Parts: sequence; structure tokens; C-alpha cells
Amino acid sequence: MIEIRDLTKRYGSFTALDHLNLSLEEGIVFGFVGANGAGKSTTFSILATLLSPTSGDALINGKSVVKEPKEVRKQIGYMPDFFGVYDQLKVDEYLDFYGASYGIQLAERQVLIPQLLELVNLTNKRYDYVDLLSRGMKQRLCLARALIHDPKVLILDEPASGLDPRARVEMRDILRNLKTMGKTILISSHILPELAEMCDEIGVIDNGKLIAHGNVAAIQAQLQGEKRIVMKVTDRINEVRAFLEEDPHISSIDVIDNRLEIAFNYRGTDAEQVALLKKAVLIDLPIYALSEEEKDLEDVFMAITKGADSQ
Amino acid sequence: MMERFYNPVFVKELKLRFRSFKSFSGLMFYLAVLCIFIAGFLLLTTEFTGKGFFRPETSFMMFAVLTILQMALVLFITPSLTAGAISSEREKQTLNILLTTTQSSTQIVIGKLLSSVSFLVLMLVAGLPLYSLVFLFGGVSPSQLVSIFLFYLVTVVAIGSIGVMFSTITKRTIVAMIATYGSIIFLGGITAFFFFLTMAFHQMGNAVGTSTSFMTYFWASINPGALMLTLISPEMGNALAELSGVELPVWITYLIAYVLIIVLCLTIAIKKLRANMKSNR
Repeated sequence: MIEIRDLTKRYGSFTALDHLNLSLEEGIVFGFVGANGAGKSTTFSILATLLSPTSGDALINGKSVVKEPKEVRKQIGYMPDFFGVYDQLKVDEYLDFYGASYGIQLAERQVLIPQLLELVNLTNKRYDYVDLLSRGMKQRLCLARALIHDPKVLILDEPASGLDPRARVEMRDILRNLKTMGKTILISSHILPELAEMCDEIGVIDNGKLIAHGNVAAIQAQLQGEKRIVMKVTDRINEVRAFLEEDPHISSIDVIDNRLEIAFNYRGTDAEQVALLKKAVLIDLPIYALSEEEKDLEDVFMAITKGADSQ
Repeated sequence: MMERFYNPVFVKELKLRFRSFKSFSGLMFYLAVLCIFIAGFLLLTTEFTGKGFFRPETSFMMFAVLTILQMALVLFITPSLTAGAISSEREKQTLNILLTTTQSSTQIVIGKLLSSVSFLVLMLVAGLPLYSLVFLFGGVSPSQLVSIFLFYLVTVVAIGSIGVMFSTITKRTIVAMIATYGSIIFLGGITAFFFFLTMAFHQMGNAVGTSTSFMTYFWASINPGALMLTLISPEMGNALAELSGVELPVWITYLIAYVLIIVLCLTIAIKKLRANMKSNR
């Protein structure tokens, strides 16, 4: 469906994209996460045929963005991170203009426009001037515009940026709706939690390289590397500590004396963790509870981007 | 059939143009200048008495000055209408979206140019009733008027193409506008300067038919003012032919030169519109 092969973009000595490879199935919602300047917008601009790659290629439904840009344009609906509107056009004229730009006949446009406005909840704004709409409404109008030629793929660059919470929720509902319509959706964001709940797959980009790709849980595990486990004991905390220090997968042990709790980082697999527990029970250690400290996505994201800054 | 020739950019631009107050104030300014000129001219020739007579020669004189004035106004207004064609879309951040539609670069550039040109044609047509005062007094043939208007059109399209080209290759409207005005100064002023320079050289003793005399002809033939003069009074053309030894009427050379400018500028604009993409059309 979407196949990105060795995509590289250089601006002089600066490498914005470094041999990016990515393959996406039809009908999924893909979230592209990365700090500002990591290469998200560059990737999307190349997919939208606005920028040609230095090397490599991307295929959308088998059409190359380098060799057949016009065919690609028919397949995609693109919404840039920053965009303007024509001040003196009304909402329906705005959509009509873009419909005509995709070669859609007048009669068809007249049927499509009310449907699209309904989809993005702007039916009552049909005859208003575009520049009088709020930012959230403009964003939704731009989404309707991106949908006018019924593209199979939607490329949305930071669709929720600058929106208030209500507008964000509205945008998310519309995207969910579009997913049920079978569209393949690519969304970028610099905020990971924003994407986590609506994406099937997530890719994390850093310094032009894809550093992680998979479903949200897998990414979280991959990025976290090790988990923080908290153990509660009834007694003999020093004995427990000595036991834990023997395990090679364990590091950063902290004993919280007055509460009889002990926290540590664990790098092993789930099976190894089972073996560890079994051993503890066999030597009769007084452990009564075990829990994994939840790291939220925000922390994970901070960890990745911190790595990027220090380079 | 209509849909085949439907250019969305052209239609959108016309809509936006006629919704802006600027267009109407521009048109008003243009007509006001013509009115003031004609009224002033009539008052002067009747010596502010409101009575008296108006000879065909005087009417012809008014026609000549009016023609040059209108040419100057057109040259002055065209860049402001065309130099923002593409760059203003870039500045308003609407260009990227436009470029991801399936419209070809040719369609977008031509749509932009045509919308500006049609507004200028409207200006010229709006000025026609004032022009027709000349017919009231005689001295000018309708065919002369038609040919002058045709050459206005050629000039407008050429300057418009230059504007659209600069608008495509520069990032900012203001730069495109300066570059377009620069081109007009070259076509209208610098060519005239070179014309007088080569003519002076010529009169210093060069014979007819040399490269200097050819250059004299060349500079005159790409100057819009010179062209208008030869159209208004064919004797001017004859004098130039005598001076330079080139028999070819100025309007033919002018037409060829300006069509070349149009083709060249539009080709560059179309090629450069999607400059960030290697393959485009």
C-alpha cells in the first residue's frame, strides 16, 4: 500500500532523512512521532509530491512519487502543518475550487460538498466566509478539502496542533469515522500520547532515522528497554535485597525502608521474571506483592527526544 | 464542453479579484486619470471658454497623447496585478495545497495570467468610452484604434508573463514586483536610451545598413512607446526605416519579440512552479 524505500533527503550537508524504510498496510492509521525537526514533515512533503527525495523512492498504491507524481496526487489527500485559506471565499466555494482542481465535474461537486461538510460538522457554516471560521473549523475544512477527490490515503501533518481540547476531540472523532470508511491515514505529531489512542501503528523518527515501528504497546516496550518493578515485603528486606543483587538482569535497586518496599530496574524477559519469582518463593522470601511501575508515553517520548538533543 | 476549458484557478482568481475593494479603487483611479487628462485637454484647447472649435489635428493630437498615456498606465498597473500571482499564494501558505491537486503547472500558471490579463482588458474596455470622444471630433481611423488595442493586449500579456515568471522564481512578492518594474524600465526606458545613443552614433557618420543602424532599429522596435508612435503616425515608421535601412515594419518585430518574451517567461514559470520536484509538467 505505502512503501518507503531508502528515502533520503539532504539539504547541503544537513541530512533531514536518512535511508528511511517503512511499509504500511492498507486501512491502518499510522502515527508518525518525533521531535520538531526530526524529519516528519520532510517525509510527508515527499509523499505529497511537494519535495523530491535526494535518493530512494516511495510508492503509494504502487505509484512512485518520483516518477508518477500526478498519479500519486490522485491517491492522496494532504493536509500540511501550516496552511492558509483564501480570505474572500465562502466555505462552499472553497471546496468547490479544490473539487474543480481535481477535475471533479460541477454536478458531482454539488452533491459532494454538503456531504463533506456534514462529515466535518460544518454544515451550518456553508455560506460563511472562510476567514471568519475558528482555527479548529479551518482545520476541519482543510480536512474536508483533502477528502474531496475521495483519496485512499490521507496524509495529515500535525492535524491537532494549535487546537483546544474540544476541537482536538472533534478532530479525533472525525478521523475515527474516516478509518471506518477504509482510508489509510498517516498522522504526524510531536506528542506521542495524542496519537497512542487512535493509531494502529506508530513509527518513531529521530534525526531522520526510523528508530522504532510497531503497535503502541510494542513500541513502548522497545523504547523502554527495561521496566521498573516495585516489590513489597513483610520483613527481612536486606535479605531480599541481597537476593536481587545476585540477578544479572537487575540494576538500580532502591530500598524504601519505612514502607518495606524495594524498587529495581529489570531487563530480562517475562519468562526470566517468572523464574526469578519461583526462586524467591522456593527460598521462602516474604514477598506479598509485585507491581510494574507504569511509565507513561510522555516519559518515553521525553527519553527519546532527550537522546536526540544530546547528540 | 464548458468543463473542458474550465480553469479552476482562473475562476477562483476572478472571484477573489472582484470581491476586493482594491480592484474597484484601481479601476476608479485609472478612469479618473484618463478623465482628468481629457477634461484638461478640452479645456486648454477651448481656452476655458467652453466655446470654440476643435480641429481634427487637435483631436489627433489628443488621441496620440491619450494612447501613450494609456500605455504608460498599463505598464504601471500590470506588475502590481501579476507579480503576486504565485508568490502571494506562497506567502499565504496556500500554494502547497494547490500543488498537491491534480492541476498541471501549465493550468495553474495560465489561470493566474489570464485572470490578471482579463482584469486589465476590463480596464481598457472601461476606458473606451473616453477614447471614443476622439471619434466625435474625427482625425483617427477605427482600424488604427483596433490595432492599438491589439498591441496593448500583446504588451499586457508579455508584461504579465514577466510578472508571473518572477513571482514563481522569487520567494517574495515584493522582490517579484521590483524585478518586474525593473524589466519595464528596461523595455520602456533603457531601450529608448539605447535608441538615442545608437542614433547619435549613426549620425556621427556611419552608413545606412551597418550594425549600428540595425541596433537603432532593434532598440526602437522593442520599445512600447516607439511602437505606439509608429502606429499612431506611420510617417514615424517610415523615418525610422530610412534612418536604419531596415524596411520591416516595427510592429512585426515588436510582435515577434514580445511573443518570444511571453513563451520564454511562461515556460520558465511552468518549469519552476514545482521546482522542488524533479519531474513536473
